[in-house]
Amino acid sequence: MATKIMIPTPLRVYTGKQDVVEAEGSTVGELLANMTNQYSELQKHLYGEDGKLRSFVNIYVNDDDIRYLEKEQTPVGPEDTVSIIPSVAGGGSSR
Amino acid sequence: MSLSGRLSNQEVARYSRHLIMPEVGMEGQLKLKASSVLCIGAGGLGSPVAMYLAAAGVGRIGIVDFDIVDYSNLQRQVIHGTPDVGRLKLDSASDRLNAINPEIHVETHNEALSSSNAFRLLGGYDVIVDGTDNFPTRYLVNDACVLLGKPNVYGSIFRFEGQASVFATKDGPCYRCLYPEPPPPGLVPSCAEGGVLGILPGVVGTIQATEAVKLIIGVGEPLINRFMIYDALRMKFRELKLRKDPECPVCGDTPSVTELIDYELFCGMTVEPVVTKSSSDSDEEISVEQLKLELDGDDDLFLLDVREPEEFQICRIPGSTLIPLSELPSRLVELEGRSEMVVHCKSGVRSAKAVKLLREAGFKKAKNLSGGILRWIDVVDPSLPKY
Repeated sequence: MATKIMIPTPLRVYTGKQDVVEAEGSTVGELLANMTNQYSELQKHLYGEDGKLRSFVNIYVNDDDIRYLEKEQTPVGPEDTVSIIPSVAGGGSSR
Repeated sequence: MSLSGRLSNQEVARYSRHLIMPEVGMEGQLKLKASSVLCIGAGGLGSPVAMYLAAAGVGRIGIVDFDIVDYSNLQRQVIHGTPDVGRLKLDSASDRLNAINPEIHVETHNEALSSSNAFRLLGGYDVIVDGTDNFPTRYLVNDACVLLGKPNVYGSIFRFEGQASVFATKDGPCYRCLYPEPPPPGLVPSCAEGGVLGILPGVVGTIQATEAVKLIIGVGEPLINRFMIYDALRMKFRELKLRKDPECPVCGDTPSVTELIDYELFCGMTVEPVVTKSSSDSDEEISVEQLKLELDGDDDLFLLDVREPEEFQICRIPGSTLIPLSELPSRLVELEGRSEMVVHCKSGVRSAKAVKLLREAGFKKAKNLSGGILRWIDVVDPSLPKY
């Protein structure tokens, strides 16, 4: 069964403008790997060249940060919602 | 905070809707009057923050900004009006706040916040409200707040989505607990590149103002250990849990950042590459003057516009072909057989990326239009609208 992944505004350009996508996987790591297979442009935005999740992108399962769960081994099921939360700097000051 | 002050009869009348609420009352209103808040930036977020805090009776409001009001600000920066275009944002904001509430003191700081003035500027206020628009200042404000022990009321916006939280309180997390490091430059678009719904900073800024008032009065549950995400398109608020990270480089148990650092460098934004680039990579760049000459003489030149379709609709250079940067990798086939090629965007940043990509893909003669269509409008065709 697929799990829903919420895509933040800045990354929607890489998911064909979709704000929610679905992917299969029993852990967060599997889920994200299957998602980036589907949407390959997301890969470099989520993972660094060392293959690790980038430090300005946080992954949440429901309302909790996976860094405080079991990281990429965190189990997920169809009832969970996974969110990608990147850092955003905008304050509406710039022209 | 000294609460020895009293409210004048006029102030009692002004704040009467606060005074009759048990959560604020005379005690809370006197706390507001004795308090001070520093707004970093008088832009989209700073506008509602400063206006509501002034109306609420925060006794001293400081604003740090060095920008000038531009037409493109008016869609969201409601503290400024059309007659203010061309004025210092500080002057315009100060006039507006004094008009809203002449009982308060407005302090203007006409400088860019930096590592050398941050302690002096932030040190004089009880609460800091971060409404900046770039990563170096975000990290600077965060670190300065942690080191000074001042709460940092955070808000951030992009297109239809906003974020808010309260960082750097005594036991709460800081921005670096959430994001230890910034993204490399260019990977995350700014509002100037991506746009923002004009009302969005109104929603996020009023959340920030609410949190500032709650912190000052000491009521309710502040947005500490929580990260609020607002999606205006779906009209949904979501709340995520935050934790103080014991390994946080600035507020953790054994911090490695104990003084302010060079935040431009930290965020990978050094001036140096730009300086060296213009000389050594001149074969990768072309000026608008040169482009005009070539377009007038040679109709084989292929002009590629890598902006988004929405931008293309606002203005375009005649004869250009649109392929947005995000679609370029998958649409290279459309360029087959092209040789001489000039690539442009709004100001030259995205097109520089496109030229790099094109050259790696074998289009060795691709050149970047220096200064983008904005420079083209300035120099060649002032009849086109700027955005």
